[in-house]
Amino acid sequence: MPDATGLELIAQDLRGAHGDDAVVGTLFFRGKAAIDIAPARVNETLAFLRERGFNFLASVHGLDYYPEEPRLGVQYEMLDMTAVDRITVRLRVPIDAPNVPSATPDWPTADHQEREVYDMFGVIFDGHPDLRRILMPEDYEGFPQRRDFPVGGEPVLFTKDAASGEDYTQ
Amino acid sequence: MEITRQQLGRGDGGAFRARQLNARRMLSGELENDDLDTYVEERLMTTTLEKAANWARGNAFMPATFGLACCAMEMMAIVDQRMDIARFGFEALRASPRQADLLIMSGRISIKMAPVVRRIYDQMLEPRWAIAMGACCSSQGVFNNYAIVPADKFMPVDVHVPGCPPRPEALMHGILKLRAMILAKPDLSWRTRYGGGGTEEFVESELAIDPVAGHSIGVSGGGRMGTSA
Repeated sequence: MPDATGLELIAQDLRGAHGDDAVVGTLFFRGKAAIDIAPARVNETLAFLRERGFNFLASVHGLDYYPEEPRLGVQYEMLDMTAVDRITVRLRVPIDAPNVPSATPDWPTADHQEREVYDMFGVIFDGHPDLRRILMPEDYEGFPQRRDFPVGGEPVLFTKDAASGEDYTQ
Repeated sequence: MEITRQQLGRGDGGAFRARQLNARRMLSGELENDDLDTYVEERLMTTTLEKAANWARGNAFMPATFGLACCAMEMMAIVDQRMDIARFGFEALRASPRQADLLIMSGRISIKMAPVVRRIYDQMLEPRWAIAMGACCSSQGVFNNYAIVPADKFMPVDVHVPGCPPRPEALMHGILKLRAMILAKPDLSWRTRYGGGGTEEFVESELAIDPVAGHSIGVSGGGRMGTSA
């Protein structure tokens, strides 16, 4: 794990390589380093980190920061298996234009994970070869892990509620 | 330790010996007339074919080998030495729905899995039964959310076994309840049992076999799946 200084050094090198706007911010929290970037810069950032030894894309995550704006987030967990180092690349996209360039052409492991992020959060990965739902049925409507999505399910009558008149069957 | 010997059969030893001799004469064809009538009457039991068939069905379920989630662990446990469902004659778990007559839905059924489960149930031959095992596929349990669907929504369920997961004993109790139901009620298809008439997927005329082609529907070529002309 790069420490706080190592994180700033990586961010500085990234700015030097791709311009000052290559890094939006950095965060070192609970021993974990994260670089915030603009959505359009994801591929060049991942390529840069691959040169630095982080040559394993461990996972791609989706997040919903509701009610903050921009709402949706995508995180890429990078792993350096030689130095046993990890670093997180984070980006945020608004919900009305949730477009992120796909990392799948460079990182084949991102294929299913980007599909899952699309399935659950509705982030559209431009350039993904086969962007469709992976967990939910293909005709499913909505993105169930968004925080404003109804939880759904079935109303269940418990015997303890019947006494208080909360019987949904009435 | 004292060992007590018990007389085999009813009555004294002489009668038992006489029955033994009768059986031997029966086998060699020497038993005739009244003796033969008595011999047969002592050994016959009359019933109806329907009752006999139900008795056989209720005592020899062939559950489909079909596990969905964590409940499947408990379902496997009913076959092991400790629980041993073979005591009741249900131990032959079948890997093909065509050979099974009991579907134990052991676990949560997601809305993507529901059509698969329903198809497996449809592929089973009548008479067939279904057990919803555990909280998830009865009332959704802890997974009461967008992804899970209760079994009652898409197929007929005969017995619900509560628990999260149910103990193997509970599942065995559920199967025995189902057996009691089969023995008590005349054997009916699930559409008759639950008023599902008119829900058939195919109409009769579409299923009719084309006399020119000679083969049944959808089977082309030979192989093990083919039908003889």
